[in-house]
Amino acid sequence: MTTVAPTDVATPRTEWRGLAGERWREHVDVRDFIQANCTPYEGDAVFLTGPTHRTRAVWEKVSALFPEERRKGILDVDAATPSTITAHAPGYIDQDLELIVGLQTDAPLKRAIMPNGGLRMVETSLQAYGYRPGPFVTKVFGTYRKTHNDGVFDGYTQVMRAARRAGIITGLPDAYGRGRIIGDYRRLALYGTNRLIAAKRAERALLDARPSTEEVIRDREELAEQIRALADLARMAAGYGCDVTRPAASAHEAVQWLYLGYLAAVKEQNGAAMSLGRTSTFLDVYLQRDLDAGAIDESRAQELIDDFVIKLRLVRFLRTPEYDALFSGDPTWVTESIGGIGADGRTLVTRTSFRFLQTLYNLGPAPEPNLTVLWSPRLPSGFKEFCARVSIDTSAVQYESDELVRPLTGDDTAIACCVSAMAVGKQMQFFGARVNLAKALLYAINGGRDEMTGEQVGPETPALSGEHLEYEELSAAYDRMLDWLAETYVGALNVIHFMHDKYAYERIEMALHDYPVHRFMACGIAGLSVAADSLSAVKYARVKVIRDDSGLAVDYETEGEFPAYGNNNDRVDALAVGLVETFMAKVRKHSTYRDAEHTQSVLTITSNVVYGKHTGNTPDGRRAGQPFAPGANPMNGRDRHGAAASALSVAKIPYELARDGISLTTSITPEGLGHDPAERAGNLVGVLDAYMACGGFHMNVNVLDRATLEDAMNHPEKYPELTVRVSGYAVNFVRLTREQQLDVLSRTFHGAL
Amino acid sequence: MNTTNGLVTGRVHSWDLSTGVDGPGTRFVLFVSGCPLRCLYCANPDTWRMRDGRPFTADEVMAEIDQYRPFITTAGGGVTLTGGEPLLQPAFTGTVLRRCREAGLHTALDTSGFLGARADDALLADTDLVLLDIKSFDVATYRKLTGGELAPTLGFATRLDHLGIPVWIRYVLVPGRTDDAAAIDGLGAFLAGLGNVDRVDVLPFHKLGAHKYEALGLPFPLRDTPGPGPDLVERVRRQFHAHGLRAH
Repeated sequence: MTTVAPTDVATPRTEWRGLAGERWREHVDVRDFIQANCTPYEGDAVFLTGPTHRTRAVWEKVSALFPEERRKGILDVDAATPSTITAHAPGYIDQDLELIVGLQTDAPLKRAIMPNGGLRMVETSLQAYGYRPGPFVTKVFGTYRKTHNDGVFDGYTQVMRAARRAGIITGLPDAYGRGRIIGDYRRLALYGTNRLIAAKRAERALLDARPSTEEVIRDREELAEQIRALADLARMAAGYGCDVTRPAASAHEAVQWLYLGYLAAVKEQNGAAMSLGRTSTFLDVYLQRDLDAGAIDESRAQELIDDFVIKLRLVRFLRTPEYDALFSGDPTWVTESIGGIGADGRTLVTRTSFRFLQTLYNLGPAPEPNLTVLWSPRLPSGFKEFCARVSIDTSAVQYESDELVRPLTGDDTAIACCVSAMAVGKQMQFFGARVNLAKALLYAINGGRDEMTGEQVGPETPALSGEHLEYEELSAAYDRMLDWLAETYVGALNVIHFMHDKYAYERIEMALHDYPVHRFMACGIAGLSVAADSLSAVKYARVKVIRDDSGLAVDYETEGEFPAYGNNNDRVDALAVGLVETFMAKVRKHSTYRDAEHTQSVLTITSNVVYGKHTGNTPDGRRAGQPFAPGANPMNGRDRHGAAASALSVAKIPYELARDGISLTTSITPEGLGHDPAERAGNLVGVLDAYMACGGFHMNVNVLDRATLEDAMNHPEKYPELTVRVSGYAVNFVRLTREQQLDVLSRTFHGAL
Repeated sequence: MNTTNGLVTGRVHSWDLSTGVDGPGTRFVLFVSGCPLRCLYCANPDTWRMRDGRPFTADEVMAEIDQYRPFITTAGGGVTLTGGEPLLQPAFTGTVLRRCREAGLHTALDTSGFLGARADDALLADTDLVLLDIKSFDVATYRKLTGGELAPTLGFATRLDHLGIPVWIRYVLVPGRTDDAAAIDGLGAFLAGLGNVDRVDVLPFHKLGAHKYEALGLPFPLRDTPGPGPDLVERVRRQFHAHGLRAH
């Protein structure tokens, strides 16, 4: 249902001068605005400009704070003020120089506390960096105000707690913000808060006519909160001298308004992923209008985007060191989705799509914002080549298949986090982390006992007792164990999201969605390749069980060979696909909180290391504690036919059964793509075209730089999968001797250490 | 139309897919077993003996290649036959090249040219590109380095020119063995006289195959030879450039 704006708000004639289209004027409909006004760009990158002195000065000033932040863990924190949209006074890097203003607190990189998620998480995080929460915080959240975390543990069953403790269900957002909700921050620029509040009031008014059921009462309360949040946003913006009650009148204002909308969200929510949406082509309309009018030049246009991206790079949350270990670093997943094709066949690539990527040159490479290209073989060739070049130079771009996404969520889809596709402003998700499929297989063998602790976690079923594992018997036991796991898992997610809505509702992000919103229950699986290879070992080779004194299966001996996932071999790839299919079907059997639509992902970013740590020996020969492969990747070292064969195994997993995304990470050296920059870019374009044409969904492209290879020499455990390809020969980098590694390094990067 | 005997059998070491290093684009690379030469720097000693390979029919190889056809076609690439020495098994190699050609795939043959005489005109007619490894332009060095003669390779290069088949030259640069400036100039002049040389790839010698020698219980003759420094690689590339050749 589309939001209808009432007619008593005057049509903003100045701000909307020169813009085309009708529908978006009467209804809140950003997609319609983009379709009516965007200028597709089919050319190449030559029009782009470098950083201005002003951009350099701002970036250098704030970059100078990074070393101290890295050393201390956090630069500073306001431990006394629970953060809200309006809690902190305006903050600046350099007020005279900044084009786009607004910080999460009153100073750059100073973090805020958000105890609505959980007081303990705040206390532990502060303690880790030598701080304590202010007495007001402890008093309020310890005595008067219950948190999300408290609520969840009131709602969990004993079985859910045990499953969580054992690590068969992990990463659940039960002590921190769930994130992955993308507000349509563009709405603020296009309409201003007056208009948006009026539209929300109209939605709210319709609910007065409906009976006061629990559901309707909750919706009324949420809409009231949303309206309040929009008013807070306007007040916060006013503190920065911006009147966002009205639409943005210029490109400068459009970028600024949009950012202030996003800023309100990251002031109030510490979500696991706080993604931005799909803003570049929207902003391009404003930039193009000002360029056409001669009000700005290209250098200014780039400057505005550069300054915006600087702000996005400064987003910080207070988290525990354990959390950062799980996710390797301090990620915020400020994901921006770029490119794609419109439903009418026109490309949605504009000059501003290029300008966003250009920030990686103007400001240097960085993981945030998480620049994500919605790739289609039909994208203009100039843009494809530029993407490939940026990837090769920075490794900072990821790719998702626009051809898979568009038919399901439309041509105004954005990615949250890494691979979660949603129609902006119309769909949201309940982030559900993931279950450990490899561990579940071990539970099936051990009758529900945990292979590490011996504790009865799953349902007590007869353990498999044969000397060797029999495929049929194991399959049946695994199927029953997955029944239990799916039920426990969906139940836990229902508890979590019930409580999150109740105690840590994302009022500003939801204010920038339609009412009613479509919800997804985003389940997930980890350990797919380990589970598939283990099943393959049992099916095609002979696996003997080693048991300890208590009868617990703790190790396996495999005789004979078995095909491994990652070699484009249907005999085993079908087992992986079957697992995805089975678990999706089992998840769908359980009703969800607020009737959310079930989806699942095959995704881990770096948590595959932690999952591996919590999983015993597996029948595929993987040793206890050894990391899983990331996402849907094959197990490290088992793909023996090159990256394309490996990718084609992953591409067999149907997107319809894993609509929350299927992640593939590939690492290559520049020389593994060709001899010179043009050839490399051309070949990478070919690989991306081919992967997507063959049904692949997502690819992280890491083109290794010298620093990465050096790091791999010193920390081989971090890079088990790193493959270096030279003519006629491919080799696992970390298995080379130091001398050979140095040789590869000097060959690849043309220069001795 | 299948005009070949799909049951012809070859000995195959392995296959994989690579991008940008074994011919243009992303390619299915078939490593066939057996090689008449014993190059001191060989990175794949496990492909030397034909009997160590696994027997595959051309049909079986094509079934494997077929799985990658959409990928290769979209990515822009093809199939490369390498080894070992593919021309040690000319019937098998010829059949696979023909079948790939019929399937619309770009074909490349990676060879030392030492057995060039075994490639009949029909086989070469099915070859879009030859990756020709010229190990040295000095007869004595060539013999010392490979255990074979240089003349057949040069003869093969000339024949490819007459047939109008494009060639990428592969030149492995080993310090103290193949870095002699006069020999490189000689090779450059020879290549410049041909009309079919698209490019010269100067490949810095590497020792990534050393562990294979260990596993096979063989001595690795160049174990202590260092790889060429960047200056040397650049000098050799410039020497080829001086002859008007495109060298990488």
